Amino acid sequence: MTVSSILAATLMVGGVGLFVGIFLSFASKAFAVPVDEKEQAIAEVLPGANCGGCGFSGCAALAAAIAAGNAPVNSCVVGQKPVADKIAEIMGTSAGSDQRKVAFVRCVGDCERTTENYVYTGPKSCAAVKFAPTGGPKSCRFGCTGFGECVQACEFGALSIQKGIAHVDEDLCVDCKKCMAACPKGLIIEVPYHYVSHIGCVNPEKGKPVMNNCKIGCISCQKCVKTCPQQAIEMVGGFPVIDYAKCSNCGECKANCPRKCIV
Amino acid sequence: MTLLLLAVNACLINNVVLSQFLGICSFLGVSKKPDTAAGMGMALTFVLTLSSLVCGILYHVLLVPLGLEYLKTIVFILIVAALVQFVEMFLKKFAKALYDALGIYLPLITTNCAVLGVALINVQKDYSILTGTVYGFATALGYTIAIIILANIREKMVNNDVPASFRGFPIVMITAALMSIAFFGFSALK
Repeated sequence: MTVSSILAATLMVGGVGLFVGIFLSFASKAFAVPVDEKEQAIAEVLPGANCGGCGFSGCAALAAAIAAGNAPVNSCVVGQKPVADKIAEIMGTSAGSDQRKVAFVRCVGDCERTTENYVYTGPKSCAAVKFAPTGGPKSCRFGCTGFGECVQACEFGALSIQKGIAHVDEDLCVDCKKCMAACPKGLIIEVPYHYVSHIGCVNPEKGKPVMNNCKIGCISCQKCVKTCPQQAIEMVGGFPVIDYAKCSNCGECKANCPRKCIV
Repeated sequence: MTLLLLAVNACLINNVVLSQFLGICSFLGVSKKPDTAAGMGMALTFVLTLSSLVCGILYHVLLVPLGLEYLKTIVFILIVAALVQFVEMFLKKFAKALYDALGIYLPLITTNCAVLGVALINVQKDYSILTGTVYGFATALGYTIAIIILANIREKMVNNDVPASFRGFPIVMITAALMSIAFFGFSALK
């Protein structure tokens, strides 16, 4: 290996690289496609993490959709209001005051309120424990099994397992909906940020069996349905569900719930 | 005549995907719809033919006389990358729909091992520039044939009652394997 051979190799690769570079720069002039200025500006405002929380394949795809008017300006769930405001400015519209949404786990039966029927030694996964007898060791077969599929799905650290059930930190949640897809029981729903009342139970059974299995579970007494001044609560499939479009956030249902499962 | 034989050989008997197992990534990735598969085949044909031509010229005119054969891989990949960039610009300008349909697989032609593979096989087998280019074109044609057949099978398979555990990717793998066995029949042509 002499200096001249090193030089020859460098010149060779460098020369080819230079030639290719010049060729490509001419080609890019010749094949230039006019890029939408709005699209470019929006792409710069977006976080650029390509998380896919908006439903598009990445930030560039979302920018194109917003610029073309196919997506609302507040589509970016991560950037939230600051980003939405900037995009609205670019698009010349207002971001509107759309209510921020967060995830909520519809189970309040933690390990102090429920019991374990047997010792489970299988795979530590909610999807797997579903196939164990009575849907897992937990006394309530409808509630959160607490193996944390949702925690793993969350890219923003908003979910954690506390006392054996999943818990959402509302301030960290960006409503990307990944946990909702990850929960094999579909316990996680979308609720408005900082609302006082969420029904924390999906047990459709009545009275005695619920009381036996969970100290706090919903017994389907329908008291919340009757007390709600907005008629926003309905029984769906055996348990109450709040229609947040009607809910005035008064907290009446929470105050009147005999089981205190509205949190 | 030898060129024709070489082409048939590269196209069918030693099909690049089904018997040499090169370029599997895009073969499985872009074969959902026949029209995008055909587009991918055409893009690859363009890149592969041109890259084997340019790489052949570069190798015989520059690298061999200067005694720099050991630089072939790095120089070839430079050429391939540039050509892919060029194809990307070209498609973005003249075939936006195809550009969107190919998506991430278009820049991935750069790392499609069939492209670099053919350039290196040309060197390995001492093909002349013309022979190498024909070989490259025929290889790409073989790839196009394979991917279009797979795409059509996959499209028909949507209506089939596939067992639950085979749905999605597993059945595609099995299909590709069966195609590979079927193409093995061409070896009798030799």
